[in-house]
Amino acid sequence: MSLTARRKFLSGLVVVLCGAAVAVALVPLFFIFAYVLQKGFSSLNWDFFTKMPKPVGESGGGMANAMLGTLYLIGIASVLAIPVGVIAGVYLSEYGKKPFASLVRFTADVLNGVPSIVIGIFAYGLAVLPVKHFSALAGGLALGFMMVPIITRTTEELLNLVPGSLREGSLALGATRARAAFSVMVPAALPGIMTGILVALARIAGETAPLLFTAFNNRFFSARLDQPISSLPVQIYTYAVAPYDDWHRQAWAGALVLVGFVFIFSVLARVVTRRLERMHRT
Amino acid sequence: MKTPSFRKSADDRGFRLGTGLFAFLVVLLVAGIFWELYRTSHLSIEKFGFRFWTGKIWDPVSGEFGALPFIWGTLYSSLLAMLISTPIALGIAIFLSELSPKVLRTPLAFLTELLAAIPSIVYGLWGVFVLVPIVRQLQVHTPEWMRKIPLFSGPPLGVGMLAAALILAVMVIPFTSSVAREVLKAVPSTQREAAYALGATRWEAILAALRFGRTGIIGAIILGFGRAVGETMAVTMVIGNNPQVSASLFKPQYTMAAVIANEFTEAADDLYLSALIEIGLVLFVITLVINGLSRLLIWSVTRQIKVKAPRALAPTLPAAPEAAA
Repeated sequence: MSLTARRKFLSGLVVVLCGAAVAVALVPLFFIFAYVLQKGFSSLNWDFFTKMPKPVGESGGGMANAMLGTLYLIGIASVLAIPVGVIAGVYLSEYGKKPFASLVRFTADVLNGVPSIVIGIFAYGLAVLPVKHFSALAGGLALGFMMVPIITRTTEELLNLVPGSLREGSLALGATRARAAFSVMVPAALPGIMTGILVALARIAGETAPLLFTAFNNRFFSARLDQPISSLPVQIYTYAVAPYDDWHRQAWAGALVLVGFVFIFSVLARVVTRRLERMHRT
Repeated sequence: MKTPSFRKSADDRGFRLGTGLFAFLVVLLVAGIFWELYRTSHLSIEKFGFRFWTGKIWDPVSGEFGALPFIWGTLYSSLLAMLISTPIALGIAIFLSELSPKVLRTPLAFLTELLAAIPSIVYGLWGVFVLVPIVRQLQVHTPEWMRKIPLFSGPPLGVGMLAAALILAVMVIPFTSSVAREVLKAVPSTQREAAYALGATRWEAILAALRFGRTGIIGAIILGFGRAVGETMAVTMVIGNNPQVSASLFKPQYTMAAVIANEFTEAADDLYLSALIEIGLVLFVITLVINGLSRLLIWSVTRQIKVKAPRALAPTLPAAPEAAA
């Protein structure tokens, strides 16, 4: 084979291999989705959404408390994390060139890569160790800590998407920086900021590790902040590692609900951002 | 008398300090994690010192704690996962940024990034009920002569290092590939055009682009490694949770994150808890260094070309907004 032919062959081979890499990555994706859909739908019923877990040995029952618990934990996390994340994001977009802003940006990105289980230990030390019992508050704290860096960075990026002329215009009209930021820039980026929050929620909704020893688990539902609370991921884990078929069935149903939730938020986030981009491009 | 302009500048300073305070909270959070973990693990740090990291015996009953098997398990599983996932992730990044037809680009990128959106616990569930039985079949059908090699020794349990490495590989692919794609996107097209002008084939032009962005590509790989090191639930469910230092792919082993997840609520005495937290502290420091390093490498490429920083932080995020034309 001539050199040219060999080079062309190699080039074609690489193209094929790269395409194959995409296919290889999609195999587990479809495999996982197929299993979750098939096993999940066959196990899902009305009781799953409305009933509490049955004691060991009795079949039936559902995960009503766990679903409610997950919503409750997400609520606590949001209350704690959204103000911090959004305002920190506003700072980064307004004063992004200062060295301190670079430090914050760097820290946020690094924090994003810290394993969730480590965040869990931190929340344990803050809210469980001093009072010696697990609580919904500790779980909410752990999830909130995970949300902050995601919201900070998305808020910054989406504020940067808003044309600077808007800020300059309001400053020219005599507005203060604060007024320009909160009355002009943030409202203009609001759909995007909401999206960032949705993405953060989708990411923490499925977190299990940091909840194992903060929110712990609860066979019942309690709305008290200082009581342990059950959550969908922890309940799935408990059921998955137990030796009962009926529990395995319910674990799959739980996985379906969780994946559905995450999937809806991911798609929603994508659609909103697309629209936002198109809006600001012209 | 205060002139309006004076008041305005005072307001502006207030705004900067006020929002800056919240930004500072992010920094404080990282410092707080380090301090809290250090504080609550000092019992174990003082008692064992360096021995903690070289000891192989983990016996809560007699109060003897050595973390070597967990470090080994974490590093070994993560390295294996990187060996499997890196070629695939780079292939995806190259395909999506250089080769794919435009129509396919967005949906394929979305699908591969969807892998990052699946919660760890769902990977674990799938791992336990689908992947582990497959691996077990694989082990049962391993020929006898192969099993004599230490790499493939051990009983056919299904759970073990191989299952963990496989599931980790799938989980880190989207992280590495999405960052590598951003890096390739940031490489100026003049690099490829120059290569083509010199008569390069498609692959040779891609090589030129890869070479240009190599720092960032390395950053992307390291970032994936950081993810693998910290991954908890899925690994806990399939690795077998048996603290031993072994090179075998078939033997059940244990990781740092998994031992924390499994034993934290059972830790009855202060020393036990403190030992587990010390493992957490080291996990924290390791991931901090890995992530910091990869971030700097990635930034060094994307910054220098004045393109938006990559969206590595959450690959489930919508595609990075293109710079406004």
